[in-house]
Amino acid sequence: MLREIRPAIVLLLVLTAITGLAYPLAMTGIAGAIFPAKAQGSLIEKDGKVVGSALIGQEFKDDKYFHGRPSATLAPDPNDSTKTVPAPYNAANSGGSNLGPTSKALADRLKEDVDKLKAENPNAAVPVDLVTTSASGLDPHISPEAAQFQLPRVAKARNMSEDSLKALVASNTESRLLGLLGEPRVNVLALNLALDRASAK
Amino acid sequence: MTMIGWLQIILYCVIIVALTKPLGWYMTQVFNGEKTFLSPVLRPIEAGIYWVSGVDEKREQHWLTYTVAMLLFHVGGFLIIYGVMRLQAVLPFNPAGQGAVAEDLSFNTAISFITNTNWQNYGGESTISYLVQMLGLTHQNFLSAATGIALAVALIRGFSRASMRTVGNFWVDVTRCTLYVLLPICVVYTLFLVSQGMPQTLGDYVEATTLEGAKQTIAVGPVASQVAVKMLGTNGGGFFNANAAHPFENPTALSNFVQMISIFALGAALTNVFGRMVGNQRQGWAILSVMGVLFIAGVAVTYWAEADGTSTLHTLGLTGGNMEGKEVRFGIVASSLFAVITTAASCGAVNAMHDSFTALGGMIPLINMQLGEIIVGGVGAGLYGMLLFVVLAIFVAGLMVGRTPEYVGKKIEAREVKMAMLAILVLPLMYLGWTAVGVVYPAAVASMANAGPHGFTEVLYAFTSATGNNGSAFAGLTGNTFFYNLTLASAMFVGRFFMIVPAMAIAGSLAAKKSIPPSAGTFPTTGGLFVGLVVGVILIIGGLTFFPALALGPIVEHLAMNAGNLF
Repeated sequence: MLREIRPAIVLLLVLTAITGLAYPLAMTGIAGAIFPAKAQGSLIEKDGKVVGSALIGQEFKDDKYFHGRPSATLAPDPNDSTKTVPAPYNAANSGGSNLGPTSKALADRLKEDVDKLKAENPNAAVPVDLVTTSASGLDPHISPEAAQFQLPRVAKARNMSEDSLKALVASNTESRLLGLLGEPRVNVLALNLALDRASAK
Repeated sequence: MTMIGWLQIILYCVIIVALTKPLGWYMTQVFNGEKTFLSPVLRPIEAGIYWVSGVDEKREQHWLTYTVAMLLFHVGGFLIIYGVMRLQAVLPFNPAGQGAVAEDLSFNTAISFITNTNWQNYGGESTISYLVQMLGLTHQNFLSAATGIALAVALIRGFSRASMRTVGNFWVDVTRCTLYVLLPICVVYTLFLVSQGMPQTLGDYVEATTLEGAKQTIAVGPVASQVAVKMLGTNGGGFFNANAAHPFENPTALSNFVQMISIFALGAALTNVFGRMVGNQRQGWAILSVMGVLFIAGVAVTYWAEADGTSTLHTLGLTGGNMEGKEVRFGIVASSLFAVITTAASCGAVNAMHDSFTALGGMIPLINMQLGEIIVGGVGAGLYGMLLFVVLAIFVAGLMVGRTPEYVGKKIEAREVKMAMLAILVLPLMYLGWTAVGVVYPAAVASMANAGPHGFTEVLYAFTSATGNNGSAFAGLTGNTFFYNLTLASAMFVGRFFMIVPAMAIAGSLAAKKSIPPSAGTFPTTGGLFVGLVVGVILIIGGLTFFPALALGPIVEHLAMNAGNLF
């Protein structure tokens, strides 16, 4: 048994150096060379400033923007570091609501949000993704139905026609890969950037 | 449920079955010490590693020596993780300036990663530095996976060898697994993941100004290199708190699909390695069939339950299934499928929040883990777990006809059955025992996030996941408390090593036995009858063990939900 001590130490250190340092560092170098933008986090710049990442959702509250899904992310309470406060789309602390199917808190929240949306657009069924929080709290997407649902509000706030907005939503809708994998979706940040460009014209 | 949904599930199964044979062929070469197509590059490195660490690759080990070597290896792994976590504030690669991790949390995390559990009581991006992610966690993602595979191979050798005292050399098996199997796949896989948008950088967290003018700090890091091995090695520990639901940790539908494939790939291939080593690939296919039956049943229930939604959603007229805690790009089907895969294997990565699943949809992941994660299972661990059930099923079959049971040419006798029972019984002792404490001890009760039966399920899920070395969670439960850090660590430790040691004892005792040729009285173990028998034994033992606990949790919650009760 004693002769197993040396490999237990040396082999562990060698394999740790290979898998824990050499491998991730080499991959960082290679990935950075082949996919520089993606390796950095697919950042979007506007007028020289980073406005976000193409993959990370951000909070939209203004009527003139399409809104993303509710987010359950938290941040440390500035007044008491042992507590947390809601901080939607906090990309430094991802997470979901973790409320279960029989949660009263969830039922109350859903009802409140559904009522609000029904008041905003009484003519369409409320899409489920627009009132449920995502797993990461950073979901960059909404369903095409959720984008359609918001057309009247955005059109009114921007003084644009619903038809021109509809075309914008359609051109920002991604479909299933090979018609099979994933779900149809709209990237909210990309859509809102396109919206700003269209209004500026 | 939709046609497109079922097509995704069928495509997934077809790809796994198609990969089983070629991967099994390659892995058999690796563990038989043969030349592979990568040998010209890797052999010099391998030989160099043996030379500096003083390993004689020709010398094989007795099962006990093999096990002790494995345990020593883990002591070192534990110390490395614990050390870098405690010291991270003064070590490099810490752009976010994370402070030292607390003692109990470091202890829990170190146990968690050496046992291939990757239970996370910390949020990755808010707690630990890049160095800890790489040197502490990525390295153990490789080595705990390699250990699991090595142990499974040693047990297979127990079945395939006759009248021998040794079961292989642990150091050689771990080194070859790391160099020839895990690393080459991970290199290619990492680049694929980055091509999908996964970050791989040592740079600072990004400060963005959103379109509405708010500040957003975006956590990045060397994500892809860790995620590759996290999935391939069924580790499951997320770089980020939200794990594979985080858009950076699973950017596209394609990255999601490939991640699901990589969870099952090596575990399924090991059934083929088993078949090849015992000289009849059909033995391997029979085992994969047992796994397949249980898997499809689980997927069907979870997919149905999630697509159906909850009574709360129905009351409000919301259709489209239970989207609380799910991402739009994955939707209902890819989230349900992922949840069943990750708990059938002992992966534990999640792309949706299991805590927000419907009662029945969330019960299937729980059952998968309580059955011992033998449906493909963790890399290595799944196969040796399944072989324990096979031993038991063969024993039951032997009792029925009054004949000494045999399996692949080996007599299954009292010692093997006792060891198999020990391994199978110790798991419920851990998760049922600790759950009983967790739901009455006041400091533990405060950790529950949901009230009513769902709170009970959160606790049961935590200890089941820890014991099964899964690592997924009903994440509402506050796990980073002194009570949970210690009790979950104990469940992970016992769940891993009290399973391994009996399995290795079986390996040793089988290797020493003579091989007997099949006769007219031998129960054939490649047909439908055998598959049915093993499935039956698994469900009976499983059902008797944990049905009462399920009745108090998800089952009563489902009934309460249908009766319109909220908590």
